[in-house]
Amino acid sequence: MKTLGIIFGNLHDKDIGELTAVRSIASVPFGGRFRLIDFVLSNMVNSGITKVGVVTKTNYQSLMDHVGSGKHWDLSRKNGGLIMLPPFSAGDKSIYGSRFGALLNIEQFIRHSDEDYVVASDCDNVCNINLAEVVQAHIDKHADVTVVARSKALVNKKPRTVLETDRDGRVIKVLNTDKASGERTVFANIFVMNRKFLLNILDSASELGIGSFSKDLLVKGVKEYRIFAYMQEGYFANIDSISNYYMHSLELLDKKIRDELFYRDGANIYTKVRDSAPCKIGDGATVTNSLIADGCVIEGEVSNSILFRGVKVAKGAKIKNSIVFQDAAIGAGSTLNCVIADKLVTVLEGRTLSGHETHPYFIAKNAVI
Amino acid sequence: MKKKKCIAMLLAGGQGTRLYALTNSVAKPAVSFGAKYRIIDFTLSNCTNSGIDTVGVLTQYQPLILNEYVGNGEPWDLDRSYGGVHTLPPYQAKQGGEWYKGTANAIYQNLHFLTEYDSENVLILSGDHIYKMDYSKMLAEHVAHDADCTIAVIDVPEAEASRFGIMDFGEDKRITSFEEKPKKPKSNHASMGVYIFKKDVLVRELVADEADKTSSNDFGKNIIPNMLKAGCDMFAYSFKGYWKDVGTVTSLWEANMDLLGDPPAFDLSDPAFKVYSRNEPLPPSYIGESGRFVNSVMTTGCEIYGTVVNSVIGEGVTVMDGAVIENSVIMQGAVIGKNVKINYGMVDENVVIGDGAIIGDAQSDKTRITLIGRDTVVPRGAKLKSGDIIEKGSVKA
Repeated sequence: MKTLGIIFGNLHDKDIGELTAVRSIASVPFGGRFRLIDFVLSNMVNSGITKVGVVTKTNYQSLMDHVGSGKHWDLSRKNGGLIMLPPFSAGDKSIYGSRFGALLNIEQFIRHSDEDYVVASDCDNVCNINLAEVVQAHIDKHADVTVVARSKALVNKKPRTVLETDRDGRVIKVLNTDKASGERTVFANIFVMNRKFLLNILDSASELGIGSFSKDLLVKGVKEYRIFAYMQEGYFANIDSISNYYMHSLELLDKKIRDELFYRDGANIYTKVRDSAPCKIGDGATVTNSLIADGCVIEGEVSNSILFRGVKVAKGAKIKNSIVFQDAAIGAGSTLNCVIADKLVTVLEGRTLSGHETHPYFIAKNAVI
Repeated sequence: MKKKKCIAMLLAGGQGTRLYALTNSVAKPAVSFGAKYRIIDFTLSNCTNSGIDTVGVLTQYQPLILNEYVGNGEPWDLDRSYGGVHTLPPYQAKQGGEWYKGTANAIYQNLHFLTEYDSENVLILSGDHIYKMDYSKMLAEHVAHDADCTIAVIDVPEAEASRFGIMDFGEDKRITSFEEKPKKPKSNHASMGVYIFKKDVLVRELVADEADKTSSNDFGKNIIPNMLKAGCDMFAYSFKGYWKDVGTVTSLWEANMDLLGDPPAFDLSDPAFKVYSRNEPLPPSYIGESGRFVNSVMTTGCEIYGTVVNSVIGEGVTVMDGAVIENSVIMQGAVIGKNVKINYGMVDENVVIGDGAIIGDAQSDKTRITLIGRDTVVPRGAKLKSGDIIEKGSVKA
């Protein structure tokens, strides 16, 4: 049961434009020392996948820097391993704009692989899922396509792919809508296909009139193909806006969620190792209900917050309900409340910055305030 | 292949008997240090930061954990296709095999390793010191002096001088005398156990030393004094900076405490000279609502619900509600139960301390550390006195 992994590094970039101004969604920092792609990559590696293609389009410098040779995920291999797939445009082919376009763009890569199955995932989801089980379910059901789905109470109006299934889990109706409400089954942007089936679809995409995975393949294919839903029961966060990024980040202060995300059956989440010194909390510091990464030096007050690697908090600084990225420095006497401070931000002495829970105040990378 | 300028041989076979329970089942260089490190990380990182990419690690005592830890050397960038890190345990050969008899004999038994790489110089290191040192500066002096041997020297307090190899040297750094652990030291210039030899000189001396049946095959006792006597060109290299021999429980505790304070006596935060280590993939550490964490360091995966003051907390440690840890070193994976009190304790890896246990007493201080060996389960409500050494299976409920 050899499985090929495909990761879409740029889809949904626009959902969190603030954080993706200088990076792809795949390399958006999350959870104190991770990037969003770490969850997808680790899920694949923990499920026994040893060949992963990462499809990129724009802004992928920070992603390249992060994944490197893939060695931190055990994906630096002679056979397979991590393969970056930057955009390829020749002749009349333009750079793709969708998930299906991305697959068409890497058709040769898929063709020249010899795995039986393909697991593809976007980078807007944070979860710890055993993909080997999804592939097994796919095999057991003799499915053409298996989509990972979850049950979600829909409150706000956002475009979503909503599924209806029969008792066997077969998808019988697919709706792409922004009007759905109530408890619904929603596509989680992870799917499994037989590699040959996928190649057939790609080969005859124009004849079949397929230009989109969810709009065409799922909606139109629901009768013709065996499409099944695999329900993800554990913790799942979909990052589709900055406020939602903020909310899901701070959810990690809940031990139950940390246990589900980081300690499921020894399936660890791997990331690039930075070899920072241990974090150091000083004599006058107070830190409560917060996640603190290596390399932080804290002399001030921190509560309900997440500090990434190498953050410096000076004496008298107060950080509340905030997320501070790598190597930012918060000056003496400054107060931060409901703030997301990007990498290398400097907040000088005595500044007061505040957002609101639903509208966190965002400070862009390298900014000096 | 291009000849290497210098390769390193790291002596990591010592038992570390004065660390008691900490080295029951691991070699001293594999003992945890400073929240996320093991002692050997410092010498391995020094090699990498000095541009030395070939390191032989000589192991003998309890090598399993050490071998697994060093692995292919990837964390220290020592996974090279030509060179890299190699563990060199004693082995059986056609003429028979034997354990390493002394530091010099350990290198002698691996002469083939030196011959294979055929480097111009060989750096000899020991794996039980905590320090950051750029060996390339020492190598540059060694080459400039055209020395047969260069010995790194640090000035130690006079009271401690008799624990070290003590030497005298002139303005020109030429060594005029060397005494291993003298009763009445003539100076406080102590050998750090860091030597650079011309490879050919080292091979010659090791062969001669092996032929001398009265020799104890030790660098400090035999090789260095013999070379001085024979008039070899031997120079001192003065090192200034933090250096600590962590051969005893008290000195290991002190070295851990040297990471605390502002500024700390030993600063690990220099991005240009990182100390590398092999780590578990864990989330950042969490400090809870009831947690208090003051003048202390920790690394990833900790869950702190109690109070931690003046302490060093290792990877993945849990400190439950009401527990109070002061002046202590807690190593990776330990679980400290509710309302536990620890003062001047050293708690090894994966120890579980039951609720309400009290570790330490009014006499506790840095010379009377309570030491709890790895994998020990301390029962609820147990009381351990200052200076107690507890090993797995030795405490009863």
